[in-house]
Amino acid sequence: MSPEPAPASAADRPPAVWARGLTRTFDAFTAVDAISFEVARGEVFGFLGANGAGKTTAIQMLTGLLAPTAGEARTAGFDVAAEPEAVKRRIGYMSQRFALYDDLTVRENIRFFGGIYGLSDRAIAERTAALLDRLGAAHLARERVGRLPLGWKQKLAFAVALLHEPEVVFLDEPTGGVDPVTRRRFWEGIYAAADAGTTVFVTTHYMDEAESCDRVSVMVDGRIAALGTPAELHARFAAATMDEVFVHLARPAAAPR
Amino acid sequence: MSAFRSFVVKETRHILRDRQTLAVLLALPFVMVLLFGSVLRTDVDGVRTVVVAPPGDALADDLARAVGATTALRLVAVRASEAEVEPLLRAGRADVALVIPTGFARRLAAGRAEVLILSDGINPSYAQTAASYVRAVVLGWAARGGASPVSLTVRMRFNPTLESAHLFVPGLLAFVLTLVSALMTAIALAREKERGTLEVLLVSPLRPVQIVVGKVAPYLALAFVNALTALGVAVAVFGVPVRGSLALLLLATLVFVLASLALGVLIATRVPDQRTAMMGVLLGLLLPTLALTGFIFPVASMPDWLQPVTRVVPATWYLLVARGVMLKGVGLAVLWQEMLVLTGMAAVLLLAASRALADRLR
Repeated sequence: MSPEPAPASAADRPPAVWARGLTRTFDAFTAVDAISFEVARGEVFGFLGANGAGKTTAIQMLTGLLAPTAGEARTAGFDVAAEPEAVKRRIGYMSQRFALYDDLTVRENIRFFGGIYGLSDRAIAERTAALLDRLGAAHLARERVGRLPLGWKQKLAFAVALLHEPEVVFLDEPTGGVDPVTRRRFWEGIYAAADAGTTVFVTTHYMDEAESCDRVSVMVDGRIAALGTPAELHARFAAATMDEVFVHLARPAAAPR
Repeated sequence: MSAFRSFVVKETRHILRDRQTLAVLLALPFVMVLLFGSVLRTDVDGVRTVVVAPPGDALADDLARAVGATTALRLVAVRASEAEVEPLLRAGRADVALVIPTGFARRLAAGRAEVLILSDGINPSYAQTAASYVRAVVLGWAARGGASPVSLTVRMRFNPTLESAHLFVPGLLAFVLTLVSALMTAIALAREKERGTLEVLLVSPLRPVQIVVGKVAPYLALAFVNALTALGVAVAVFGVPVRGSLALLLLATLVFVLASLALGVLIATRVPDQRTAMMGVLLGLLLPTLALTGFIFPVASMPDWLQPVTRVVPATWYLLVARGVMLKGVGLAVLWQEMLVLTGMAAVLLLAASRALADRLR
């Protein structure tokens, strides 16, 4: 059905994420209601929405975890419903809850995740050294992850999610619970990954982070209520910040019913 | 005082809010009393009895009828020769046998009548009670008929010295294996769920079946080491024999462990956290293993409504195989049905477990 994307310029390659009429219902409840959008290669795409707006369900479909009820989606060029395994090999994932094992050391965690993505022992050794060096974490290699501060855990989890050089990395509220300085450092890592060609698909509740995305979408009640660059959205909603945009769009839905 | 009251009110709210736990707590005494009331019985009922009556001996037939007329004894077969009894006891199809020798009528007339009672001695107290029931029937029958006294010989088969360890060790084996394989797997998997790492595994190229097998493999090894330890202690310290094939015993152990591991995975996929997983295994698996397998309380003495329940517990079948191999020295020729059921259960459970994990997302 879908040939391996040819290693040509970004323009010839299929978008990193592509969705048309993507829908998921649970019994009578429509969690995701016919959303359509595209994310270009190398883009930092902010996926915003109030809690319960359908972000998590959408991400589960885009990562091949959950089959869509209707519509279709392609991630890294592969149909998420027909070829979830091909999708899974080409993506990285980091969730709001911690992806790394607390009772394993940093090095053991890297080994494990490299292993389940099929990296060779040599590749794992090389990339572990490079990763620790880049993060300045060589002294933590033998430390159990459970003993590290939250900021370090998040940085490591992100680096581990990139270990197998995925085409798209999904970050589900990656910076919850840490201070602004630590968050800014984390975002420097996001830009570095995007500069290296990795597409970053990120959800967040921090509007300063939303401002930092190339483009953002705002989900409300299972639909995409707005989509564009932060500047475009400021202009369209006559708002000075993404915070105002978000409140304007999401408040009716977030209010208790 | 009002601070204290607020605190008590809050605690009560916690208990009332957690409906699942509350339901378990309220149902627990009901289930326990019903279960143990039915299972924990020192009075023996429905002892499966075989009578060997030489053909054409009217008095022997009469004695056999007397056995059949007793409610405590259930006559499962009448056979012509003593040689036919042994296989029934070995296969666990009968608990006790009354052997009436040829020429019984003639010997009785001469005042030299003797009968033999063979009892499956694996469960010592049950075996003794069963033998004493048969003895009472024989003596009562002789007294009623006004015949000369009948002398009785009681022989305990498979466990002549009536060692209790022989009864408990195979059951403990099943118990320990359930504990290690089902409980540990359920907790380990529930922990991945609780911490969100399972999500990361499911997004990875690992297939659900690989996750199940990978999760289970180390516990399989651990359970096996545990089984060998328990067996070693039983043999070395308590002199429990392994009369049959050790290979068959280990094979059955492997199959049983697989079934238990799969049950652990199944429970883990249905619970939100480690605490509930633990409760699920304790009530759903360990309690039945203890009460409903013939571990301590013979299945034959359980009420009729409860006996079918014992058949869906994998440990029941493992126990039959383990006892057969260890204490009776029987092999696949006798135990193939039990092995077949156990293997079938393990296969179905493993399949269900990897399915359940694959469908885990809502």
